[in-house]
Amino acid sequence: MQVTLHQDKCVASGQCVLAAQDVFDQRDLDGVAVLLDDRPPAELHDDVRQAATVCPALAIALADA
Amino acid sequence: MNTPGNVVVVGASVAGLTAAVTLRTLGYDGRLTLIGDEPHTPYNRPPLSKQILAGTWEPDRIKLRTDEELSDLDARLLFGRSATGLDTAARRVVLEDGDSVSYDALVIATGVTPNSLPGAHHLAGVHLLRTLDDALALRADLRHKPGVKVAVVGAGFLGSEAAAAARRMQLDVTMIDPRPVPMRRQFGDRIAGLVGRLHTKNGVSMRCGTGVRRFFESGGRVTGLELTDGTLLDADVVVVAIGAAPAVGWLAGSGLELGNGVECDPTCRAAPGVYAAGDVASWHNDHFGCRMRLEHRLNATEQAQAVARNVLGEGQPFAPVPYFWTDQYDAHIQAYGIFPADAELAVLHGELEGGHFVVAYGHRGRVVGVLGWNSPCELRKLRQLVVDRAPWTSILPTPPTVWPGRHLSASLR
Repeated sequence: MQVTLHQDKCVASGQCVLAAQDVFDQRDLDGVAVLLDDRPPAELHDDVRQAATVCPALAIALADA
Repeated sequence: MNTPGNVVVVGASVAGLTAAVTLRTLGYDGRLTLIGDEPHTPYNRPPLSKQILAGTWEPDRIKLRTDEELSDLDARLLFGRSATGLDTAARRVVLEDGDSVSYDALVIATGVTPNSLPGAHHLAGVHLLRTLDDALALRADLRHKPGVKVAVVGAGFLGSEAAAAARRMQLDVTMIDPRPVPMRRQFGDRIAGLVGRLHTKNGVSMRCGTGVRRFFESGGRVTGLELTDGTLLDADVVVVAIGAAPAVGWLAGSGLELGNGVECDPTCRAAPGVYAAGDVASWHNDHFGCRMRLEHRLNATEQAQAVARNVLGEGQPFAPVPYFWTDQYDAHIQAYGIFPADAELAVLHGELEGGHFVVAYGHRGRVVGVLGWNSPCELRKLRQLVVDRAPWTSILPTPPTVWPGRHLSASLR
């Protein structure tokens, strides 16, 4: 799985961190999401898919890798 | 588990589309129909009152799915088609052109319809803001000549965001609301007072505690309005943002309970084989022990996911901690939970006058909500207090600032 995060769309909701905290974090300054791992291991894929689904700004894109 | 062979989803915005997508993600391989009354493919609404209105984004940027992804859904897509009736006995949805679509399971996700002001909407220059077409029409009108004077009627989420977007376009903006401060119903007096000051600081002329008596026109176009306190205002453009009502007109006579929206049980089921999700759904949230209906972006997603699981037989209550946010000028305001009328308020992080803070709302001895102002990371960490329904006294070992209740107004519907 290849994860892409579009920070310019992010609204700092932090929903991605709640869904997959090993893959996403938030910048202290403004809460914009940060991608910790753009190729997360298989056991995290369900969490990452949930993060992409609940992102209210559609800022997370997933592709096969 | 008794999986339906034929699922129909009415409403093709976030909730409807998410229900359809989640069904497929969960392995549902039966027939699937998605009906939406707008001609556009599904799009995301929050940017309408922000980036789309301000002109910094074009509509392509808010599509919820590409055409290819929609095609991969393997669903019958009926866009630009309105549902006008429901026969729950025969399990059929009737469309405006007289066609009908049968179902084994139905998901109702028809959202809300904005309230209008009597006697105003025949005039050019008077706008509602709900759909992409609404936003593009308003945007064009805001640009139609330099120095446009804008009156925003209603100071809730939508009105406040529209006023901020218009100020960003350097326009002359007046915001009118019968309540004493903007967003009072959402946040209570104390935080709403800060929102009011934010608008004033950014150059909006606030007219609170007054309503609109009548509109003036010339040649069919609005030219101004008279407020109930007698004030006369020039206006080239009027934005009417006075709330919205659940879009349930098409369900009259269906036998469904239609109070404040489609009334559902805790699993979001309204009748055998019939579920509701998103803005239109009223259900009992077991976490807070009360019925609610939310017009929040995240709820549309989460409730639709829960409904999809329940359509496939899971039968689990939907009991989330609600989340919403609003962006106005340099303020990014986010909140988790509920904000009852008689809640108490305590500052947990930062200070109210400092532009960065988190406050907790306490009700019946428990933390029921947390709200952050330019403090997203701190707010996310404090969300757990709402998840845990933490005892109110447990967060106040050395209370920095606490205000008693009775100064908030209801945000629950």
